[in-house]
Amino acid sequence: MKSRFSGIGRLTAGAWAAVISLAFAATALAETVGQPVDGAIDLQPAASQIRRDEIVFHDHILLPITVAIAGLVLVLLLVCIVRFNHRANPVPARWSHNTPVEVAWTVIPVLILMFIAIFSFKLLFEEHNMPPPYMTVKVTGRQWNWDYEYPDQKIAAATSTLMTEADANARHVPFKLAANAPMIAPVNKVVRVEVTGEDVIHSFSVPAFGIKIDAVPGRLNETWFKADRTGVFYGQCSQLCGIDHAFMPIEVDVVSQPQFDAWVASKAPKPVTVALAAPPPPTPTGAPAAPPPAVAR
Amino acid sequence: MADIADTHERVAHAETAAGGYGAHGAPGFFTRWFFSTNHKDIGTLYIIFAIQAGIVGALLSGLIRWELAEPGIQIFVHGSWLDKLGLIEASKHGYNAVVTAHGLIMIFFMVMPAMIGGFGNWFVPLMIGAPDMAFPRMNNISFWMLVASWVMMLTSMMVDGGPGKGFGGGWTLYPPLSTIGHTGPAMDCAILAIHLAGASSILGAINFITTIFNMRAPGMTLHRMPLFVWSILVTVFLLLLALPVLAGAITMLLCDRNFGTHFFDASGGGDPLMFQHLFWFFGHPEVYILIIPGFGMISHIVSTFSKKPVFGYLAMAYAMVAIGFLGFIVWAHHMFTVGMPVNLQAYFIAATMVIAVPTGVKVFSWIATMWGGSIEFKTPMLWAMGFIFLFTVGGVTGVVLANAGIDYALHDTYYVIAHFHYVLSLGAVFAIFGGFYYWFEKMWGVRYNEFLGTVHFWLTFIGVNIVFFPQHFLGLQGMPRRTVDYPVAFSYWNHVSSIGYAITFVGLLVFFVVLIEAAVRRRPARANPWGAGATTLEWTLPSPPPHHQFNELPVIRADAH
Repeated sequence: MKSRFSGIGRLTAGAWAAVISLAFAATALAETVGQPVDGAIDLQPAASQIRRDEIVFHDHILLPITVAIAGLVLVLLLVCIVRFNHRANPVPARWSHNTPVEVAWTVIPVLILMFIAIFSFKLLFEEHNMPPPYMTVKVTGRQWNWDYEYPDQKIAAATSTLMTEADANARHVPFKLAANAPMIAPVNKVVRVEVTGEDVIHSFSVPAFGIKIDAVPGRLNETWFKADRTGVFYGQCSQLCGIDHAFMPIEVDVVSQPQFDAWVASKAPKPVTVALAAPPPPTPTGAPAAPPPAVAR
Repeated sequence: MADIADTHERVAHAETAAGGYGAHGAPGFFTRWFFSTNHKDIGTLYIIFAIQAGIVGALLSGLIRWELAEPGIQIFVHGSWLDKLGLIEASKHGYNAVVTAHGLIMIFFMVMPAMIGGFGNWFVPLMIGAPDMAFPRMNNISFWMLVASWVMMLTSMMVDGGPGKGFGGGWTLYPPLSTIGHTGPAMDCAILAIHLAGASSILGAINFITTIFNMRAPGMTLHRMPLFVWSILVTVFLLLLALPVLAGAITMLLCDRNFGTHFFDASGGGDPLMFQHLFWFFGHPEVYILIIPGFGMISHIVSTFSKKPVFGYLAMAYAMVAIGFLGFIVWAHHMFTVGMPVNLQAYFIAATMVIAVPTGVKVFSWIATMWGGSIEFKTPMLWAMGFIFLFTVGGVTGVVLANAGIDYALHDTYYVIAHFHYVLSLGAVFAIFGGFYYWFEKMWGVRYNEFLGTVHFWLTFIGVNIVFFPQHFLGLQGMPRRTVDYPVAFSYWNHVSSIGYAITFVGLLVFFVVLIEAAVRRRPARANPWGAGATTLEWTLPSPPPHHQFNELPVIRADAH
């Protein structure tokens, strides 16, 4: 299963990246999906087709072009330094016009940008073209935690908070990324994510799915993902939202369909349910009253 | 060449002795520096102002890099040395306040005063052959309003913001964090500080536009103007058109905070995103305001030290005009994740990418100016060449970010931080240092030490690259910006970045050694230290120029281009 995700995209990314640093060699071996890797220099690997296309666009279209342009400028500067310093070339030329060259460096960038735009627009419209969703999760950002509500399953909002350092260490999950009461989603299903903010603007972001959408008070923003593997995927609030902006992680647990169904069944019958396999987190500070049937904190 | 320089030198001494004060005699210290109506004195005041604000901004960024050197909260916590120092609140909110202040100070109180107020005031009149600015008294009030604004800004950092001391909502001031999220007076102080800075800049813009349109010496047509004057002209038009929009936006913010309006409050029928549209309608031109004067300075430096005229003068001038125009129609590329309709995002992608074309024209024209030249690698030229390469790096990452499809992965991450520091911290600041060394003798009347200047350049060049290049990697891995702490998986590159800051800081210390050494040794300045490559009018005057210059207007006949 894991080998699928270390395919050509990552290898090519590595080839480009190796130009810059050797640090990649150490990290490429660590097959971690859904969270950042220390010392890594590329995009977090994909767990959805959208993310895979983002990575291809970045690693195979944008990165080669940008490296080539910056490299060209560097080479030209070095040539100037070597050939046209005052010792090598004591008598300066006096020309200051060359129409063909000027036309070239205007037209060629236009062509390069049009080339980029083809792939850019294709990706953009793909990202916004949501297939019919299997289910909806309503995400509400507040200072400084997230609510996940499942209207299709009639599962009321549960508040997802930062997992304490002791808990995270006990479970061997990354502190400051792991969350209590994570979002649960089935694998290989289109999940519509509706995002809003309760107090100030937050931003819901899961790098492995290639999504980031602001949680704005008074607006209902929409994005979607279709995770193509099970696992735990982390993200962080990506819009400055006050004191604990760094401490409102996003965790999405993608599970198999039977597991998801079992989880839904475990939630549905009782109006007040048990916590999602997590000990009670500390009461979030400053949070207004949580929705009535909230999961036990 | 040496003969000419020596002659100029003698003239310089003669002029300095006479002072060039005319019938009024030399003003006293207080009159000269506090009631100043002289463009060169006001320019000097602006530069001193920018240096002291730059020190504050650089120390704040030092706190940021110190805190982020390793995971966990080290200094923004109760009981740390920062807490004992007491100036800045040592808390998570304190970190946000420091990030906010760093941004606002570097933009409004360092780069803008240095480039427009400092170099603009000094060299626009000299370069167009004018005796002074069009409105000398307005010039004076422009500067002193900025001082008032600076006091207000520092006050903002010292008073209660709501969650703690100071405003911690980022330089972008997004509501509702800047309204319901910060109920204390710190945010009001920040708003008034920006109002004052904005008014100061608008007055300055009016002054420059009038000066450039009306006070050019005979024969100095628009198409013969030096590129630095062109760059200031474009910049001040951007200021004039963009700042009133910001003023309107923050006035509405002030009303939302204090007078019960709901412009940006969704629960009262307003829209928080409307602020973002207004802010970035100002904010995107603003980043060009920060860099375009640098374009002008770099053109002069490259041409001077290559001993070759600027390549494609008209294309260079109109590329700046084009960049300035495009700057007004791309603002929402800062807002790709707010939930805009997809077609709107497609427009902003396309418009944004177009900017790469005139920018590319400029970069390649600078290289073409060097091509075939006889380049001397004096300190200003080092900064200029550093600028060209690093600005290109920041430019191509800008093209990456312009694509909304990939911006969803990179928005509000350290990739963005790396991008805009490559164009601003490594672009605008390199241009400022380049200009500072280029005009050092002209402004201060003494020479700097070439060796120390070179050391300053290399330390800074190496340092800032180690600070900011790894931040691309952090951003690609998804590290959000403006966080006081981070998961351990972001440790390595953060640590490297903080080491880079230490190197940069040593470079900054060398800069002060340069200033002190030049002040102590007082080697007399030459009128034109750079020889035949320096062709603009300021080099025809002694260094420093007399208090009043061009009492008889120079006549420009030959077309230098």
